[in-house]
Amino acid sequence: MSAHTGQQPLEEQIGEWRGYLRRRPALHPPDVDELEGHLRDQVAMLRQVGLSEDEAFLVAVKRNGSLDAVSREFAREHSERLWKQLVLAEGAGPAAAATSRLEAIILVVLAIAAALTIKIPALFGVQIDGPAQDVYAKNLSLFVFPYLACYFAWKRHLDIGGCVRLALPFLAAAIFVNMVPFVPRGQTEQLSALHLPIALWLVIGITYAGGRWSTSDARMDFVRFSGELFIYYVLMAFGGGVLTAFTIMMFHAIGIDAQWLAQAWILPCGAMGAVLVGSWLVEAKQSVIENMAPVLTRLFTPLFTVLLLVFAGTMFWTGNPIDVDRDVLIAFDLLLVVVVGLVLYSASARDAQAPPDFFDALQLLLVVSAVAVDAIALGAIAARISAFGFTAHRVAALGENLILLVNLAWTAWIYARVVRRRTPFSTLERWQTAYLPVYAVWAAVVVIVFPPLFGYR
Amino acid sequence: MDLGKDLVAASATPLVLAILADGDSYGYAIIKRVAEMSGGELQWTDGMLYPVLHRLERQGLVTARWTEADTGRKRKYYRITKNGRAELALQRQRWQVVHNTLRGLWLKAYTV
Repeated sequence: MSAHTGQQPLEEQIGEWRGYLRRRPALHPPDVDELEGHLRDQVAMLRQVGLSEDEAFLVAVKRNGSLDAVSREFAREHSERLWKQLVLAEGAGPAAAATSRLEAIILVVLAIAAALTIKIPALFGVQIDGPAQDVYAKNLSLFVFPYLACYFAWKRHLDIGGCVRLALPFLAAAIFVNMVPFVPRGQTEQLSALHLPIALWLVIGITYAGGRWSTSDARMDFVRFSGELFIYYVLMAFGGGVLTAFTIMMFHAIGIDAQWLAQAWILPCGAMGAVLVGSWLVEAKQSVIENMAPVLTRLFTPLFTVLLLVFAGTMFWTGNPIDVDRDVLIAFDLLLVVVVGLVLYSASARDAQAPPDFFDALQLLLVVSAVAVDAIALGAIAARISAFGFTAHRVAALGENLILLVNLAWTAWIYARVVRRRTPFSTLERWQTAYLPVYAVWAAVVVIVFPPLFGYR
Repeated sequence: MDLGKDLVAASATPLVLAILADGDSYGYAIIKRVAEMSGGELQWTDGMLYPVLHRLERQGLVTARWTEADTGRKRKYYRITKNGRAELALQRQRWQVVHNTLRGLWLKAYTV
């Protein structure tokens, strides 16, 4: 641009300079505004001491430092803005092209391995729709998570010792769930099947973080990853459903029953392989689905807030007591999970520097109303729980409710301080990421402690 | 004078906090104040100040707000927080230790 700056008026030059800044992913519009303000102050000062517009502009730009250096500093400070770019940046040059080809091959192999692993019980005569189908439920996460862990271990260049430490929890889990003498179709068996994936997801998280698990940033990255994977998975499940429907329909047209093929192969193998393919898509193609989770969060936060407020209002207005049974408890658990998810994913996309806005106030309202509604429900349940007796299901649901309630109550407290500008938004982020292991630990307790506690029933 | 990258990075936090302890300010004024107080000896690359300010904000040592300057343009003002003042006091003690040690060493070298 230096070739023709001589004739350009100042505004045009500043506009061009802004354009250069805007193209840097580490710089957000408010940062560009701030730097522009600085530049204009500098130019004004230099003009006062007698420099011409052009001279003043050139000196001011020079004093600002090289754009590369400045945006590198910004990138270091705002690493979350570069989440996508950091992953994608590896894909440049011939060496990187070879790596990404190798990655695709490794991934396909792992996905096929996971798809075949779920067929191993069938080799021993345990069919997925047979009488011993609980084997599949208990081991579901073990069919696929080890391969996912392998993928990230390879991606993060884990050493041998790390790989061994990584294998141990999977091995322990596999031995445990298959050795514990569960009463068939008992509550504790169902609970173990349900909670084991949650506990093992922490192992995936630690592998994903590649040695940075203690940092809040790495945990937030993993939260982003989990959300995007979930979205990809739902999309692929939908596509898989369409594929299965066509398979059955078309073979039916020529008089061949393909239902067994869908049930025994397409569905289970596809469900396993899709976890790996989804993870790879999240890692490699992040720009395709541009952070869907935060968009959905924005969409549903107001709707859930309205639901909760109307519900609370109706409850007070009519005075109808909450009809307490186990399903109600689970419904409230799920509600809290959704609210925590909304908070987590809006936090994962929020610029921690941005001042509190209307959306933050809305989210505070959402959290407070969720806590209030849940506290009422929990009070009603606690008052009558001794009449129901403590079954494994009820204790697990109650424990989850308490864990989520504690999280949300403290979240509400921090959020209130954020909205009143008493504390920066990063406090909330740190709280949420610090709380992540609690879910996994509780899930592990349900898997390990509950069966003996409730007599394996 | 060129201080070198490490010393600039280390001294940026106490300098910015000390200036903000005197009253709210914005980036350009902070840089001007640093130049003024050091008699022009301390020159920062201007753009580097902003990531520092953003880091202090993230750490909760300063807060920021946009206000409209009399020229009609928006300007981001920074204010030191209670935590920021505590950090400044801590930094002050540390720098005092370094300062005293160096002074002692250099005075001795001078008299010998």
